[in-house]
Amino acid sequence: MAKMNMLHAINSALDISMAEHPQACIFGEDVGYFGGVFRATSGLQEKYGKHRVFNTPLTEQGILGFANGLAAFGAPALAEIQFADYIFPAFDQIVNESAKFRYRSGNEFNVGNLTIRTPYGGGIAGGLYHSQSPEAYFAHTPGLKLVVPRNPYQAKGLLRACIKDDNPVIFFEPKRLYRASVGEVPEEDYTIEIGTAEVVKEGSDITVLAWGAQMEIIEQAAVKAEEAGISCEIIDLRSILPWDADTLIKSVTKTGRLVISHEAPITNGFGAEIAATIQKECFLHLESPIERVCGLDTPYPLALEKEYVPDALKVFEAIKKSVEF
Amino acid sequence: MTNPNNISLNISHALEFIDGHALNIPTLKILSEQGEILDGATSPELDKETALKIYSTMRFIRLLDERMQAAQRQGRISFYMQCLGEEAAITASAAALKQDDMIMAQYREQAALHYRGFTLEQFMNQLFSNEKDLGKGRQMPVHYGSNELHYLTISSPLGTQIPQATGYAYGQKLKHIDKESGELNSEIDNVTICYFGEGAASEGDFHAGLNMAAVHKAPVIFFARNNGYAISTPADEQFKGDGIAARGVGYGIKTIRVDGADTLAVYEATKKAREIAVTTGEPVLIESIAYRLGAHSTSDDPSGYRTKDEEAEFKNNCPVARFKAWLLKQNWLDEKEDEAIKDKIREEILAALKVAEKVQKPALEELVSDVYDTPIPALQKQYEELKEHIKQYPDAYPITAGRIK
Repeated sequence: MAKMNMLHAINSALDISMAEHPQACIFGEDVGYFGGVFRATSGLQEKYGKHRVFNTPLTEQGILGFANGLAAFGAPALAEIQFADYIFPAFDQIVNESAKFRYRSGNEFNVGNLTIRTPYGGGIAGGLYHSQSPEAYFAHTPGLKLVVPRNPYQAKGLLRACIKDDNPVIFFEPKRLYRASVGEVPEEDYTIEIGTAEVVKEGSDITVLAWGAQMEIIEQAAVKAEEAGISCEIIDLRSILPWDADTLIKSVTKTGRLVISHEAPITNGFGAEIAATIQKECFLHLESPIERVCGLDTPYPLALEKEYVPDALKVFEAIKKSVEF
Repeated sequence: MTNPNNISLNISHALEFIDGHALNIPTLKILSEQGEILDGATSPELDKETALKIYSTMRFIRLLDERMQAAQRQGRISFYMQCLGEEAAITASAAALKQDDMIMAQYREQAALHYRGFTLEQFMNQLFSNEKDLGKGRQMPVHYGSNELHYLTISSPLGTQIPQATGYAYGQKLKHIDKESGELNSEIDNVTICYFGEGAASEGDFHAGLNMAAVHKAPVIFFARNNGYAISTPADEQFKGDGIAARGVGYGIKTIRVDGADTLAVYEATKKAREIAVTTGEPVLIESIAYRLGAHSTSDDPSGYRTKDEEAEFKNNCPVARFKAWLLKQNWLDEKEDEAIKDKIREEILAALKVAEKVQKPALEELVSDVYDTPIPALQKQYEELKEHIKQYPDAYPITAGRIK
C-alpha cells in the first residue's frame, strides 16, 4: 500500500496497462511529454516511448475516431478528452460508432479495447465549459459502459477494470478530487468490478445515493442528518451504465426512502432513470416521494456556482423533507 | 521545416496572395476510351490473371447491381445502392492491395469486397437480412462487412471511417517502430485503405483523419471517390477548391489524382501508394474522378437534379467497357465467351436471390446479443419480458413466435 492522490492512482493504473500490452497507446491533447494538463499521464512517454504515449492534434472527433480504429485493430486505446465539456465533438464517434461497433457488425468487429478517460464535474470555478457532468447523455446509449470513481483506491481499481473490459467504457474522473482526495492504494494490480454499487455506510431510515465527487457531499449531509437523529444508508453507484439496481432496490426496500444527488442538471439527469426504476420496483415500500437534489436546469455558472451546486445543505434538507413527509 | 511553427521560411517583400487554384493538379490517365495505352503513358505491370480477376469482378458487380436494383423495385428488398460507373476505381484499387490489408469503405465499394472473395450467397444474405447474414440482419442492405476478408463493416454515418482508418493503420505500424529511435525498423506488413465520397470529405472527420494520419505517420491510403454528386448536391456546391486532392497537399500528404474510369491508372496509382505507405509509414491520398452513372440509391431519382444530356455524355465513358476493350486487344478475353458468362452469372444471381429470400430471419435472441460482449442485467430482463409478451401474442410476431424457447 502507498499513499496516493487520485492522479497518482490513475497514473499507476495506466502504467500497469501499458506494461501489460505491447501495443497499448495513450493519446490525447497534451498527454505526451508534458504528462497532461492535470499530469495524469506524467512520466509515461519517457517509459513507453513517443509512439505509444503521444499528443494528438486538437480534435476530439479525431481522437475518438482514431481510438475506434486502434481498438478495432486490437490494441488497447486509452484516449483522453481534456475536459468532459469537450467530449461533444466526439459524440458521433462515441454514440454512432463505438457503442454500435459490435452490434452492427454481428460481432465481426468490436472496439472493446477502447477506454475514454475524461475529467468531469464542477467546484473548481470552471464556469460553463470546465464543470459539466455529461454522464446522462451517454447513459441513453446502449453499448457503452460508464464508470465514475470517488477516491484514489476506486480510481485505480475501476480504471483497470475499464481497460480490461471488452466493451467501450467512458471513465469520468472527478477533477475536483484529483489532488484533494488522498488514500491508501495498493501498488500492485487489482480491479473493482464494473456494474456494482457500494454500500458505503449502512443505515435504517433513508437511502442516500450519489457517485463520484458528489459522494463527499452526501456524506457531509449524512453527518448532519445523523446529528438530527436520522440514520442514513449511503450508496456509491460507481457505474452509471450498467447500473446496480439490485443493491439499491434492496436498500430502499429496507429504508423506504431515497434521496438521489448529482451535479448535472435535474431534467433528464441520470437520477430520473433511477427514480423511475425504484418507484416501479419498490412501490409498496416507499414511504415518501423520491427526492432528487441536482444541479439547476441552467448552464453551469461561474459567479453563482455556490448557489448552483447541490451542496450538503440542500441534500440535508431533502433528507429531512423525505423523513418528515 | 526548421522553425517551431513547422512552416517553410520563404520571406517575400512583395505583397502577393497565392491563388486558390495555384496547384492545378493533373489527372493520371493511361488507357484511352477505346482501350489503347495513351502516348506518353507507361504500360502497366498487370499480369493476365489479375487483369481478368479485376474484369470478372467488375462484370459481376454490374450484373448484381442491375438485378438487385430491380429486386428493390419489386419490393423484395428494402433498399439498394449501385456502384455503377465506379467499378474500375474500386476493383483496381482493391487489386493493388494485399489480401489482408484492411479495407474501410463508405457504402459504394461492394466491388472491393467481391474481389476479396465475398460470395454471391453472402451478398444475398446481407441484402435479405436473413439469419445467415454475418451482420445478423441488423443493418440496412449494402452495409456489408467481413472480418475474414478484412473489410470493416459499413456504417451509415458519413466520414466516420476516415479517422478510424488512421487509428487502425497506426496499429498496423506499431510493431514496426523502434522504441528508442521512433523510426520504422522494417517494412510494414499491412496497410489500410479508406474509401469515401467527395461529399463525405466535407465532414469534420475527413479533416481530423487526414491531419492525424499526417502528424502520426499512419500507413493509410485515403481513396476519395469524386463522382460529381452527393445525392443531389453537385460538387460545385460541395467545395470551391481544386477537388479533394488539393487538400492532401495542405495536410502534408503525398497526393495523386487519377481517372477513376481507367482501370490501369487506378491500379498503378494504388500500387505505388501502397509501396509508399509500407516503406515510409506515411499516408497517401488518391482522388479518383469517375461519374456516378446511377442514382444515389433506390430512394433517389436523379432526373430531379441533372439532365439526360449530362448522363448520356458520361454513359460513353464506361469503365467496364474501356477495360474490356483493352483486354480484347491483349487477346486475354473472348467477346462471345464473355457474353455467355454474363448470361450464366445472371442465372446464378437470380437463383441465389430466390434461395436467400426464403431463408428465415434471425432468431429473437439476436435482437439483444452483441450490444455488449455479454448482455447486461437490465437488457437480459427486457429480453425475458419481450419473450413472454410474444408468447402471449404469437400471431402478431410471426417471424419469431414459433422459434422462442
